[in-house]
Amino acid sequence: MIQFDNVNKRYESGQDALGRVSLEIERAEMVFLTGHSGAGKSTLLKLLTAIERPTRGNVIVGGQNLNRLRNSQIPYYRRNLGIVFQNHQLLFDRSVFDNVALPLSVSGCSKREVGRRVRAALDKVGLLHKENQNPIVLSGGEQQRVGIARAVVNKPAVLVADEPTGNLDPKLSEEIMRLFRDFNAVGTTVLIASHDLELIARMRQRVLTLQQGQLIYDGYPSREPAY
Amino acid sequence: MNQRINSPLRASQAQAERPRSTGAVTARTSGGDRLRSWLGHHREMWHESWVRFFASPMSSGMTALVIAIALALPAALQLGLTNFQRAVAGWDGQPQISVFLHKGAKQEAVSAWTDKLRADPLVAEVTYISPEQALAEFQQASGLGDALVGMDSNPLPAVLLVRPSGSDSAALEALAERLRESALTDSVVLDMAWVQRLAQLTELGRRMSLGLAFLLALGVLLVVVNSIRLHIENRREEILVVKLVGGTDAFVRRPFLYTGLVYGLVGGLIAWLLVSVGVWLLAGPVSGLAGSYGSGFELDGPGVTYLLGLAGGAALLGLTGAWLAVARHISAIQPR
Repeated sequence: MIQFDNVNKRYESGQDALGRVSLEIERAEMVFLTGHSGAGKSTLLKLLTAIERPTRGNVIVGGQNLNRLRNSQIPYYRRNLGIVFQNHQLLFDRSVFDNVALPLSVSGCSKREVGRRVRAALDKVGLLHKENQNPIVLSGGEQQRVGIARAVVNKPAVLVADEPTGNLDPKLSEEIMRLFRDFNAVGTTVLIASHDLELIARMRQRVLTLQQGQLIYDGYPSREPAY
Repeated sequence: MNQRINSPLRASQAQAERPRSTGAVTARTSGGDRLRSWLGHHREMWHESWVRFFASPMSSGMTALVIAIALALPAALQLGLTNFQRAVAGWDGQPQISVFLHKGAKQEAVSAWTDKLRADPLVAEVTYISPEQALAEFQQASGLGDALVGMDSNPLPAVLLVRPSGSDSAALEALAERLRESALTDSVVLDMAWVQRLAQLTELGRRMSLGLAFLLALGVLLVVVNSIRLHIENRREEILVVKLVGGTDAFVRRPFLYTGLVYGLVGGLIAWLLVSVGVWLLAGPVSGLAGSYGSGFELDGPGVTYLLGLAGGAALLGLTGAWLAVARHISAIQPR
């Protein structure tokens, strides 16, 4: 589903963020991406979400080589991705419902369909009763769940999350992870960048570890991921 | 707008989702749905831009007022010019040659000459005004009738009013020269200079108002560009999120284009109001002035076509300004 083929990324500043990274993630897999800050996690996610383009090598998602994507095609590509941010990036000038509906209105869904899908997504994250509230009044965990509802409302093939539990306590983090596992269970490919090693260890999923732009570990840690 | 990539991802998505019970998830929105939703988004943005306009009435109102004042100036000038041209329309641009005849000219000789002139291809029309007619006309027009009554003889000569067929000035001069050579002629007045001056003055006014309109339209454009730029800055977060969830540039641009349109439209309406109030204030004095010259001239106010033109033009300016702003600033806002 996701394939990195000898990917290099050098920023204009001359900083090498990724060097010769090759990896493959199968459809319906759930994978954690870990590493210290500055190890290249964010760069990898940016390449995946077509925010950045690789300097060398290919990123192929669902058979589509992102290098060949024209700028005007990027929005259509992103509609196949669900993206969850650490700071959830909710808009506080509109309701929870409208926040979640954003990817649907962007892709031109009918009103009826939007209502149905938004409620399904909110129901899934357990926030259906808060659809009319402004996200600013919600707790951190709830805001993150709204962010997740927004990421999955389009039923994307790939779900990408950047430190989704960054600011949450262990119990809430566990809840969020359970949500990701549920989406994974119905066939969504999930890639989560996180540095919460304890949580990752408990999830017993495949782990990719980056260090200084190199992929140094790829496997299933028995207890703790190798560093 | 409806450009799609035929992504294998979609296909694989379809496969991946086939076993799921919620089968509709792969549903690509159909063409009709897309069009409906596209129109719906336009309608929504049109509505929303009005809501946003009135949500901050002070700043939006100020912007609209600046636009209105900038537009009202050339619009008023233009309207004044149109009215002026209408007022002087009676004085057509046809030059006329007045031939004053010698006092002693014989009536028969004058008639013969008149007939000869009428046959001339350079001459369109010849009118003979006898000294008596001239006196009567003069008494009526000048109000000096009483002064003339006291004179024992008519001081006015007979006049031939010659209307040339062309208006080429060289030919006119030649014709005037020939008329001057006749033994019957006392003097010839080529009555053309003031008509030309009037035409040139009108042209001057027209060009000045055009130049002013151009400069002020440029000013309106800059005002709109600047306001839209501020709007874009204020909604930076939203633009980023929309781009990340797959919003096309057109989708991101739309609300700002509508905001520019609304600014222009409101500015145009206010400009029309300003001009209307101006005309209303001037109408009394103008008709009084015209009355004192014995004319029934009334100021023409800005009518419905004028309103439509002004509002439409202003809306177009607003839209153009918004385009310039979004073209420059929206592509610069990219997720990092």
